[in-house]
Amino acid sequence: MSGVRVLVGTRKGAFILTADGKRERWNVSGPHFAGWEIYHVKGSLADPNRLYASQSSGWFGQVIQRSCDGGKTWETPGGGMGKTPEGMPTGESNKFVYDATPETGQPLTTHQWYDGTQHPWEFKRVWHLEPSLTDPDTAYAGVEDAGLFRTSDGGKTWQELSGLRGHGTGPKWQPGAGGMCLHTILLDPTNARRMYAAISAAGAFRSDDAGKTWKPINRGLRSQYIPDPNAEVGHCVHRIALHRSRPNVLFMQKHWDVLRSDDAGDNWHEVSGNLPTDFGFVIDVHAHEPDTIYVVPIKSDSEHYVPDGKLRVFRSRNGGNEWEALTKGLPQRDCYVNVLRDAMAIDSLDQCGVYFGTTGGQVYMSPDSGDNWTPIVRDLPAVLSVEVQTLQ
Amino acid sequence: MIRVALPPHLRTLAHVKEDVLLEVTGPVTRASVLDALEARYPMLRGTIRDHATAQRRPFLRFFACQRDLTHEPPDAPLPDAVASGAEPFLVIGAIAGG
Repeated sequence: MSGVRVLVGTRKGAFILTADGKRERWNVSGPHFAGWEIYHVKGSLADPNRLYASQSSGWFGQVIQRSCDGGKTWETPGGGMGKTPEGMPTGESNKFVYDATPETGQPLTTHQWYDGTQHPWEFKRVWHLEPSLTDPDTAYAGVEDAGLFRTSDGGKTWQELSGLRGHGTGPKWQPGAGGMCLHTILLDPTNARRMYAAISAAGAFRSDDAGKTWKPINRGLRSQYIPDPNAEVGHCVHRIALHRSRPNVLFMQKHWDVLRSDDAGDNWHEVSGNLPTDFGFVIDVHAHEPDTIYVVPIKSDSEHYVPDGKLRVFRSRNGGNEWEALTKGLPQRDCYVNVLRDAMAIDSLDQCGVYFGTTGGQVYMSPDSGDNWTPIVRDLPAVLSVEVQTLQ
Repeated sequence: MIRVALPPHLRTLAHVKEDVLLEVTGPVTRASVLDALEARYPMLRGTIRDHATAQRRPFLRFFACQRDLTHEPPDAPLPDAVASGAEPFLVIGAIAGG
């Protein structure tokens, strides 16, 4: 019997929403980690019962949680499972320490600060967790200040892939109003050595050697809010997405502009077309139609809510430029929510399901590729992230 | 035994319901108490003191015996009543909305 498990991160805890393949009756569990900010929860494709969650707070910092039973129980990896011969818990799960220069021990690089000076990297939180496609014990973490970490022991320890920060453009990266975060990690399902990362406000980057070395892939991006609109880095990329069957084609929601690349990010062109506004955060791709993509336009960068009081998902069936508004079941008056960058997900059932969460605490679901929508829950804390697992 | 009172979120994280009891060898200082706490409950590492700098996280304070000890040197002796276990060493989260 097929089913889905929706993993929701909110400002005050995580929630797990489950249903069978019909997706009509939902069971809601949570809040898990009540009171903590849960930036992201994601499951492993290699073992669907293995989940990773990013738990953080302004008071207590970052904690990584792991579940081995689909979210029924959780543990801090290495922080309570293992024991010394004396019976003491061993290890630690929440240590993210940036690489330093081997010769001097000094910071590897610095980045631009708000006043134009250079500033050292300071770890704040994990924004995004991306489990390996093949190994449940391997996962990547995108963090603020922007950096990429990897675990190969199920989250007990994390090591930086510092070739990203250290490839040379780091001193030109700068935090936006929301900080300087690495929020998107994409793994190429056909090439284990290729991966993508996106950073606000630096841009998109690609590695072709499993994360060892990186290069910016921002040609074609144009951003009026930086001195050189066509600069190599400095762009506020909000999200990128790909389809598993065609991983060289990338779609991007930038601060402003929706873009597409047909050559693994080497060149981008705008596909905003007839969108009512091309500002937004989320972008995602249909499970079975590589040219069907979804965005949720947001009014502007100073008004982080949907335009005209209407919550509308826009769908393009031909890879961009031509967009249709999807509104059935969504509020079409007096609605002023936002949909954050990690808060949309797609299941892979035959009738493709689309999910997204709002800052108003609603999680909406469409069981028919976006034609019709219904809320699964209406009154959660502000939703930060939504992921879905398709269970067979 | 030293008694440490943790804020509710850290009690949940450490899977404890009440004050934590710790054996501290040598001088009883804030540093030695936190070392013992993190050794006994590794999941708390990084939540009170930053991993990289070992500095107190900014929104936490340390109280004991009706005194704010937050800005005392980490190796300064804690009050005798804390060392004897008569009074707890309190880790306090700053009041904030949200």
